[in-house]
Amino acid sequence: MNTEKKWSDLSWEEKREKRFNQWLNLPVKFSSTETEKLYKERVTRFIKAIKLEEPDRVPVILPAGNIPAYLAGVNLKTVMYDYDELRRAWLKFLDEFEMDTFIGPGLVFPGRVLEAIDYKLEKWPGHGLADDIETYQFIEDEYVKADEYDKLIKDPSDFWLRTFLPRTLGACKAFEKLPQLTAFIGIPVFYVAYFADPEIQAAYKTLMDAGTETMKWMEAVNDVSQKSLEAGLPSFWGSMSGAPFDMIGDMLRGTRGIMMDMFHQPDKLHEAMERLVPIAIDEAVAGSNASGCPIVVMPLHKGTGGFMSNKQFETFYWPTFKKILLGLINEGLVPMPFAEGNYEPRLEIIKDMPRGSMIWWFEHMDMAKAKEVLGNTACIAGNVPVTLLCTGTPRDVKEYCRRLIKVCAPGGGYILTGSATMDRGNPDNLRAVMEAAKEYGVYK
Amino acid sequence: MSRDLVNLLADLKDKEVLELVKQRLDANEDPLEILEDSRKGMEVVGKRFADDEYFLPELVFSGELLKQVNEMVKPHLKQAVETKKLGKVVLGTVSGDIHDIGLNIVDFMLDVNGFEVYNLGVDVPVEAFVNKVKDTGAPILGLSGFLTPAFDAMKQTVEAIEAAGIRDNVKIMIGGGQLDEGIKKYAKADAYGKNAMAAVALAKGWVGAK
Repeated sequence: MNTEKKWSDLSWEEKREKRFNQWLNLPVKFSSTETEKLYKERVTRFIKAIKLEEPDRVPVILPAGNIPAYLAGVNLKTVMYDYDELRRAWLKFLDEFEMDTFIGPGLVFPGRVLEAIDYKLEKWPGHGLADDIETYQFIEDEYVKADEYDKLIKDPSDFWLRTFLPRTLGACKAFEKLPQLTAFIGIPVFYVAYFADPEIQAAYKTLMDAGTETMKWMEAVNDVSQKSLEAGLPSFWGSMSGAPFDMIGDMLRGTRGIMMDMFHQPDKLHEAMERLVPIAIDEAVAGSNASGCPIVVMPLHKGTGGFMSNKQFETFYWPTFKKILLGLINEGLVPMPFAEGNYEPRLEIIKDMPRGSMIWWFEHMDMAKAKEVLGNTACIAGNVPVTLLCTGTPRDVKEYCRRLIKVCAPGGGYILTGSATMDRGNPDNLRAVMEAAKEYGVYK
Repeated sequence: MSRDLVNLLADLKDKEVLELVKQRLDANEDPLEILEDSRKGMEVVGKRFADDEYFLPELVFSGELLKQVNEMVKPHLKQAVETKKLGKVVLGTVSGDIHDIGLNIVDFMLDVNGFEVYNLGVDVPVEAFVNKVKDTGAPILGLSGFLTPAFDAMKQTVEAIEAAGIRDNVKIMIGGGQLDEGIKKYAKADAYGKNAMAAVALAKGWVGAK
């Protein structure tokens, strides 16, 4: 008799335990028994921190952004276009740094693909930015007008296909000519005929070719991930999600647009954000199912202190974001918001979550205060200033880490990392972070 | 009557503001007085922002409202508006960085506090800063930046100002997302401002205003 409970009947803790076990026991061909042992130790270190227990020592996420390219003597532009160089740079980094987790180059997008689809939402080196810039930058605009919320609310898929893609992917402009594809009248020729349009055909052809090119890039990315797992380094980037307010503010309406909507059409904005909740949850669940890592990284933008009041945060930002957090937790996942800016004014609001269910990664934050307010609720991560990492000395970095550990580590529930990630600078500053954890972060 | 416009604008009562402006224009009031009231209303908005009563949504909203008021008043203006300014400030996001939310907040706050702001926008090449400071003779330069590439771009901009021989004529303040006092030193700027209110205080200090 099968006594195993159905997934939907499990509590969130039971689901999470299953996901943690899966993460611990990924089917990896480790390079040695030693690397296998290290892998399990490292995953266990993170799991304990998440559960607000004391691990063997403070776990570290090295704040390495695109710095592997810089340290390999190339730059972001090169590795965006040359996948062999991408692989070489990240493998070199893997070889030369001691870490608890390794962040692969999955967010170093293939330049040729972005060009082929004529992606409008980012600038990148050599494409709107100088060749030697080490990051992408997002191009905000009112891609969707104030009176178009109903399209999103009515049918997000249709909105995505016929409104959003034609405006943000130049190659898909012709999709605006497509009919509604949910043709429930049931007569196929009504909609099939549209696919005769040469521009629509060209758009699909471009997407197909871009897909093929993406697979070439992905081969390099997967190779790097595989090798890092084999070397005993777990992934910490299981999937991604975010807050509905940012999804709409960043990608659809722009800062100005969404803030005007807060005054002129708050109900529409709320309705649209609600619509995105189940979609975002499904997306992250699928991502973590594929990666085998339960951590959901969630970069947050527009809810930061200074941008909106606590009241506005509690009215517009937090409710749907919290629904996503709880939805992810209920699927056994571990949300890890990266709170850009200053979340200090929000601490009392965000602590209202199940104990030990998530990680908050802070940029600007009085970590003593965060520990005090959130210490019994959530694991906290951060926040060696990226300014110090980029321009300071290893000694200063190590000393800063020592003080952070002293404040944040007691009792567990702390991950040492940066306030943001480094794209260039002294590699010994990264080593200093790890050294500090080993020297000052051991639990006795 | 005029207090009303100031308060209505400060309280973001958009419909009432536009109605009142129309009434006053219809009554052939001096359009300059309407603009002066709007300026005072925006000053209150700026003050409320500084006091954490208003945030970015209110700034955006009041900015849009002011734009509409200006559009209504413009056709009635017979002469160019001349207001006394505290001083000139050249402002921009440094080369390699295209972020402008913080930049525009600082622009807004300097403007409502009486400065004449030359906002050069984002991804501003070092030469553009040098030229604008030279052309305007502005005694203050504000450099904004959000991402790590801004650290070096700020340093290069300050160096270019030095190389152009105008470093002694201009005070340079920096601000933005990931910056701090450390980057002020690194870039050899004169001051770091944590937020827009700090930028206003710095600028006022430098021009000797209270």
